[in-house]
Amino acid sequence: MTDVTKPALASPRAFVSEDVIQVFYRLLAALVICVVLSLLSGSFLHLANILNVLRQASLMFFIASGLTLVVLTAGLDLSVGANVAISACLAGTVIHQTGSPTLGVLTGLVAGGVIGLLNGVMVTALRIPSFIATYGMLWVLNGLTYWYMAGGIVHGFPPGFRQIGSGYLFGLPTPVYLLGAFLAIGTIFAQRTVWGQQIYAIGANPVAARLSGIPVTRRLIMVYVVSGIMAGLASIIFLARLNSAEADIGESLTLPAIAAVLIGGTSLFGGVGTMFGTFVGALILTLVLNGMNLLQVNANWQPLVTGVIVVLAVWLDMKMRRRT
Amino acid sequence: MSDATVALSIRSLGRIPGVAVMLALLLVIFSAVAPGFLSAANIANVLVQSTILMMLSLPMTLIIMTEGLDLSMGAVLTLTSLVVAIVSLATGSMLLGLAAAVLVGAAFGTVNGWLVAVLGIPPFVATLGTLGIAQGLSLIVSDGQSVVGIPRSVSEVYSATLAGVPMPIVLALLCYLVFHGLLYHTRFGTYVFALGGNREALKYAGRSPTRLLIAVYALGGATVGVAGLMMTARMNSGHPTAGLGLEFDAIAAVAVGGTSFERGNGWLPGTVLGVIAVGILRNGLNLMALPSSIQVASVGFLVIFALFVDGLRGRS
Repeated sequence: MTDVTKPALASPRAFVSEDVIQVFYRLLAALVICVVLSLLSGSFLHLANILNVLRQASLMFFIASGLTLVVLTAGLDLSVGANVAISACLAGTVIHQTGSPTLGVLTGLVAGGVIGLLNGVMVTALRIPSFIATYGMLWVLNGLTYWYMAGGIVHGFPPGFRQIGSGYLFGLPTPVYLLGAFLAIGTIFAQRTVWGQQIYAIGANPVAARLSGIPVTRRLIMVYVVSGIMAGLASIIFLARLNSAEADIGESLTLPAIAAVLIGGTSLFGGVGTMFGTFVGALILTLVLNGMNLLQVNANWQPLVTGVIVVLAVWLDMKMRRRT
Repeated sequence: MSDATVALSIRSLGRIPGVAVMLALLLVIFSAVAPGFLSAANIANVLVQSTILMMLSLPMTLIIMTEGLDLSMGAVLTLTSLVVAIVSLATGSMLLGLAAAVLVGAAFGTVNGWLVAVLGIPPFVATLGTLGIAQGLSLIVSDGQSVVGIPRSVSEVYSATLAGVPMPIVLALLCYLVFHGLLYHTRFGTYVFALGGNREALKYAGRSPTRLLIAVYALGGATVGVAGLMMTARMNSGHPTAGLGLEFDAIAAVAVGGTSFERGNGWLPGTVLGVIAVGILRNGLNLMALPSSIQVASVGFLVIFALFVDGLRGRS
C-alpha cells in the first residue's frame, strides 16, 4: 500500500518538472471553476468578490503552507485549527492588557511555535504517530482555550493593527501581499535550500535520509515548529480581520487547510508536492466555497462538500501518480 | 491452537497492570478529592454513561488492530442519532428508527472501508473526509435544529431496566459479548489479528484483506448505528452536534486499554477497562466542579500519555 506514490529520487530536476505538470492541471481546474462561476452568477466577477476570494485564499494558505511541510515528511498536523484558536485568544488578550499590538503579534507567533515544538517532540522523541499525537494536541488545546476564555470574547483592537487583516494597500487586501511574500519564501525554502531538500528526502524515504546523514529528528521538529508558527501567524491575521476572538474560531479551519494541501498535489505518503500547488489548492477550495455562497447554497453543505473534496483529491492524486 | 491461546492469555496478563494501575489510581485520587465519587449511585451513573462510549470503543479496537483509524465515528454517531429521531418521529416505531440508523451507519462504515481498502487512502484522511460528509449531512437533515417530540418507546430504551439492571448496561454487555465472540472465537477474529500483524499470512490463507477490511469498518458503522439509538434515547431528542468529538474518547479508551497503534495487538477486555477509566476521569472532574473544557483537555493528555507508554513498550 505504501509503494504507490514514491517516485524515484533520481534527479531533483525531473521531480520538479513532474510537479510543474501537476500544478498546471490544478491551475486549469481553478480556471474552469472561475469560468463556470462567472456564467452561473453575475456577482462572481465583481472586483469586491475577487478581492474577497483572494483574501480568504490567503488566510487558508497561511495555515496550509506550514502544513505542506509536515505532509511532505509524510506526517500530518491535525492541531492547526485549535492552534489558531488558542494563539488568537492569547494574542488578543495580550493586546488588550498591554495595548501593544507588537507584543500581541509576538505572543501569537510564540504560542503557535511552542505548540508546534510540543508536536515535534511527541512525534520524534516519544515516537507517537503524527496524526494521533496532533489529534491529542487538538483536544488538549480545545479544552484549554474554552477554559481560558470561559465563554468570553476578546474584541476591539487598534485600527493600525486591524490593517494587517482587513486593510488595503494599493487597492489589494494586505493579506494578499503577505501571501505573495510567504509563497515566495516557502517556495525558495522548499526547492532551493538544503533544509528544504532534506525535508523532501525524509518524506520520500526516512531510512535512507537517516543513513545519508540528514539530522532527521531535528528537521522533523523544525517542520512542526514552522507549522505551528504559521498557525500563529494565521491567528494574528484572523484577529485583525474579525476584530475579535473566541474559543471556537478554529473549529472549521483544519479540514479546509488539509484539503488545500491535498488538492494542491502534496502526497500524503511524503516527498512529493510544492508550496505553489498548495496555494492553487487553497484557491480552488476557496473558489468552490465562494461559489456555493454566491449561488446561495445553505452553509450547512460546506463541511459535506469539503469532505468529499478531500477524499476526491487524495484519490485523484494517487490515480494520476500511479499512471506516470 | 491451544498453545497459541495460552501464549495469548499470558501476554494479555502481562498487559493488565497498565490499565488496571491507571484505573486504580483514578479511583483512589477521585475518592479522595471528588465529593460523592464513591457512592453506589455515582458508580452506577458512570457505568450507565459509559455505555455509548463502549459501543464506539469496541469497533474502534478492531479498526485500530488493522492499523486503521476511524475519525468519522463521532460524526456518524451524530448522524445516526438524528436518523433514529427523524425516522421514529415519522413512523412512530423505535425499531424502524434503529434499522435505519444501523443501515446508515453500516453504509458509512462500508464507504470508509472501501476508501481505505480499495482506493488505498490512509485511514485517518479517508475518515477525516467522511467525518466532514457525516457532519454536513447531520446539519442538512436536521437543518441545524434539534429534533424533538420523538416517541416514548425510544427514550425507554435508555430508562428501562431488565431484572433491575439498567437497559444501557444490558445492551453494552450484549455488545461486548458479540465482539468478544467474534474476535476470539471465530475465524473472522483470527483474520482481524492477521490484518494488523501479518497481512502476508492472510494472502497465503487465500483471504482477501480488502473484503475483511471493509467488513471491519462496516461492522463498526453498524455498531455506531446502535449507539445512535442510545444517544437519542438518552437525550430524548436528536441534535446536530451531539456526538461530535466522541471518537476521541473512543480512541483514548482503546489506547489506554493497551491496544497498540502500530503492531496490530488488540485486547478487548482492556478496552472495557479503558472505557471505564475515561468515564471515571470525566465523572471525577465533573464532581470536582471543573468545567467540561478541562475534561476534554485531560482526555487529550490521557491519549498522549497512553501512546507514549505504548511507544516505550514497542522499543523494549
